This record gives sequence, C-alpha cells and structure tokens, in this order.
Amino acid sequence: MSTRTQPSFFAAHWYKILGAILVLYSIIMGFLGDVPKLPILNETIRNLYFHVTMWFAMIFVLGGSVVYSLMYLSKSRIEDDIRAEVMANIGILFGVLGLITGSFWAKFTWGDWWANDPKLNGAAISMLIYLAYIVLRNSMDEEQKRARVAAVYNIFAFVLLVVFLLVYPRMNKVDSLHPGNGGNPAFGAYDLDKNMRIVFYPAVLGWIFMGIWFANISYRAAILKYNQLRKAAQ
Amino acid sequence: MSHLSQMLQRIITLLFIFIATIASAQPAETAQALHDNGKIYVVVVILSVVFSGIIYFLIRFERRLKDLEKNQD
Repeated sequence: MSTRTQPSFFAAHWYKILGAILVLYSIIMGFLGDVPKLPILNETIRNLYFHVTMWFAMIFVLGGSVVYSLMYLSKSRIEDDIRAEVMANIGILFGVLGLITGSFWAKFTWGDWWANDPKLNGAAISMLIYLAYIVLRNSMDEEQKRARVAAVYNIFAFVLLVVFLLVYPRMNKVDSLHPGNGGNPAFGAYDLDKNMRIVFYPAVLGWIFMGIWFANISYRAAILKYNQLRKAAQ
Repeated sequence: MSHLSQMLQRIITLLFIFIATIASAQPAETAQALHDNGKIYVVVVILSVVFSGIIYFLIRFERRLKDLEKNQD
C-alpha cells in the first residue's frame, strides 16, 4: 500500500529533457533572435518569451490540477487529491512569477508598477482565489473531507480564473492596455512576428514540461511524507 | 538516472557549441566572437550556465528522491 506506481507518462524522462532543452533554446534565441523594432517596447518585447510563457504554463498546470480534482471526485483516490494540490501549488508559483515580471515590465513600458487594468486586476484576483485554495486545504484536518471540499473549490477556482484572465478582459466594453485585450494586438496573424513565433511556442511548451516536472517531484515528496505520517499513525 | 544526466550533459555541450558557432559566424575576428553585438552573447552564455545549473540541481534532487522511495519499501 505504501508505494504507488506512477502513470507511465510521469515516470518517463523524455519530457524533462525536452522541457530543459526548449527553455534553454528560448533563453539563447530569446536574446539572439530578431525581433520587430517597435516604439516604447524596444528590446523589452523579448519579455514575451519569459513573462507570457509563465501564464501559459500556469493555465496548463492549473488545468491539470482541475483534471485531478475531477478524478478524485469520481474515484476518491487520495493520490489524485495530492496531485491536484501540488499542481495548484506549481500553478500559483508560475502565476506569482508572472505577476512580478509583468509588474516590472509595466513599469518600464506603461510607466507604472501596477496599472488599474482589467487584465492585471483579473490576474491578481485569480491568484488570491488560488491562495484561498491553499488556506482552505490547511483549515481542514479530516483527509477525505478536505480532499472533497478542495476538489469542488478547485473547479470553481479554475472557472473563475478563465473568466477573470481570458474572458472578462476581452469583453467589448472593457478597456485594457494589455496586449490581446480591448482591441490591443497580441497573437493575431499580423501581430506576432514570424521570428518570434519560432521562439515563443517552443518556450511555452518547454515551460509546460518544466511545470509537469516540478509537479511530479513535488508529488513524490508529498507521497513520501503522506506514507511516513500513515506509518507513524499506525 | 546517470544515463539521463549523461545525455543532458551531451546536449548542453552541443548547445554551447551551437552558441559558439553562432557567435563566430559573425563577420568579426575569431578572437572577438563574444564581443559582438554589445557583448550580448556573454549574457546568453551566463544565463545558459545558470539555467543548466538549476537543471543539474533538479536531476540530483530527483535522484535523491528516488533513493528515498526505494528505501521506503
């Protein structure tokens, strides 16, 4: 009962190697590749490879967390709950990195650490919702109950994340400075440069793989701790 | 696991050779390769080293985790 066989995907190494290579590639080409020369943005356009990738990886990892929450609700396996928890933690890590890097970028392009912008506020609200997920988990002792409540909350949290981060800032009447919102350019066919795409997409994939790797290590440590606590309780 | 780190080491070496080739492909004296383009290549090499160090740490950490998992049985 103490050891748990991992699904083959997580036991494999290829995604870790690929993730490391892709991120390294994005670091190298992120500085050396050609970028469009745009006013105000100047060289900071290269932040696309390092700031935006954080958010893409976050959404993917948090989406994975919801999948495990759903699996917990249908099968009541505690491993699924632990996986959902560690993936939420990694997602929050990416999100906080995204907020910090975004704030820094905003200071030198928009002129302020924090613009009162729907995209930014939406991101901050989503992070608070996920912090509440951690607080909620820590507030309950009974294992199965905690897992069930956390799983349900996680589903709500992800829905709110999608709304605050992807839907609300894009609505017609909402005005946003952030690219991709309120009529601003971002990933349209004419906006994202060809030279940037060949760095940006591999970078996103690389960070997603890195996120899965972090989550996997974190999960195995959590399982060790869980087994130890069970052994101590017996 | 040692197989993995060996493979990673090889890949990282290849990548450094790749950077060096890009750098030396510039129309400059060979000795000036890393001085080109406002010395941005130096930053790239350093960032790559830092990132490789983090990856190395992750691999070692995971290996230790595997030992703990084995001992648990």
